[in-house]
Amino acid sequence: MSRTLRILLPIALGLAVLALWEAIVRAAAIPPYVLPAPSAIGLAFVANFASLMASAWTTLSITLAAFVLALLGGVGLAVLFSQSRLIENALYPYAVVLQVTPVVAIAPLIIIWVGFERIDLALLIIAWIVAFFPILSNTTLGLKSADHNLIDLFRLYGAGRWQILTRLQLPTALPHLLSAMKISGGLALIGAVVAEFVAGSGTATGLAWRIVEAGNRLEIAKMFAALALLSLMGIAIFFSLAALEWALLHRWHESALKKVE
Amino acid sequence: MPLLTLFRVAKRFDSGLEAIRRLDLAVKPGEFVSLVGPSGCGKSTALRIIAGLLQPTEGAVAFPGGRPEIGFVFQEPTLMPWADALGNVRLPLELKGVARGEAEARAARALERVGLKGFEKSYPRELSGGMKMRVSIARALAAGPKLLLMDEPFAALDELTRQALNDDLLKLWREDKLTVLFVTHSVFESTYLSTRVVVMRPRPGRVHDEIVLAPPAERNEAWRVTAEFAGEAARVSAALKHAMEEGE
Repeated sequence: MSRTLRILLPIALGLAVLALWEAIVRAAAIPPYVLPAPSAIGLAFVANFASLMASAWTTLSITLAAFVLALLGGVGLAVLFSQSRLIENALYPYAVVLQVTPVVAIAPLIIIWVGFERIDLALLIIAWIVAFFPILSNTTLGLKSADHNLIDLFRLYGAGRWQILTRLQLPTALPHLLSAMKISGGLALIGAVVAEFVAGSGTATGLAWRIVEAGNRLEIAKMFAALALLSLMGIAIFFSLAALEWALLHRWHESALKKVE
Repeated sequence: MPLLTLFRVAKRFDSGLEAIRRLDLAVKPGEFVSLVGPSGCGKSTALRIIAGLLQPTEGAVAFPGGRPEIGFVFQEPTLMPWADALGNVRLPLELKGVARGEAEARAARALERVGLKGFEKSYPRELSGGMKMRVSIARALAAGPKLLLMDEPFAALDELTRQALNDDLLKLWREDKLTVLFVTHSVFESTYLSTRVVVMRPRPGRVHDEIVLAPPAERNEAWRVTAEFAGEAARVSAALKHAMEEGE
């Protein structure tokens, strides 16, 4: 399949679905508080542009901050694990506990502890918890995946732990880390949205709260507009990280090999 | 004075596996010694002990003239996929603290010597199996080793590539006056390359027999089909067969 076709095909399909949607809503005269037409959603987006954009910025900044902190914390802890079996054995089970406990269930607790006056911090912590584990888990695996013969070779030439870590283990872990970043980027957004839902009225000002608010007022078109913005944010995060992955790996990694067609 | 001596070296792993029961070996400078034997005779373990990557449970490894610079070639090319050929060959020099510019020049020269001039910027995945092994050999040569340890380096290559690499290895051995310890399964390869073949016995590993060869000054395709070569190979083959029977 040609490159142009691969890009055009999903776009064409999307437009066709939107057109069909518009047609069905008009033909069946579905009321806008049940299912608004795409044109109505577009109008709602324009009408609420300023407040939606402000909310999108709130959600996006929490998402990105949580993601960056998850990246730093996950890689940092994974490196610590790779240097000390003792630390790994002591801490890893708790990282798992943090991961398997549903975040919706601990979110209220975190919000109470951190306090409503610092709600952004509470949202950040919740989003961070969700985004953190894939980075830790994959990087830990990646650091352990270094070729044993290469480790021997490094030792033969007198390399120390630091050289083995920076010149062998970290490059080995890079594909694992980049793959985890694509997952965590999306999870950070989910975490931020869930946190806003839990935080509830009057405090949160992000997109998730716009959705709740619009739902309460039966402004379904505005709900859809906020939802579309959330999706766009998720897509943008995913494709930026995929582009980063390509930039760092395409010269050498098997995953970037051109397939023979 | 031997370059290297192994005195009653034994290795038992933590798992209880007795890899080597007793290994005595003296290697003189300039020798090309093959270690031949069936799987499980501790050939690879012996190489790792000599390289200092494993500690023997008993016995000792000694370098009477001081520890020489050691090069190691693994069965797999064992290259860093994220570094190009030059970056891979430069590695030992960088780890030893050689200045960047000098490391670059020496690595380029090593690549040229194994016939890979022009492939400095190629990544491992862009190279064939034989070429990757050449990069691996260049890397082992880059730091100017006196002793080259090779662990079945050509086992995974096709016959023609293997023969070309054998010839190139002999050339490098002669030019650099290297001492080589070469682990292989192949009777013909060991006969072709070596000045001495050490036949080992499996489970647990120990020396079964030693065959001193007298190869001609110029070893080549023509020599490989002579009756003399066949006779030498038959000696090695018989010793290996005997070792395997004894091992059972």
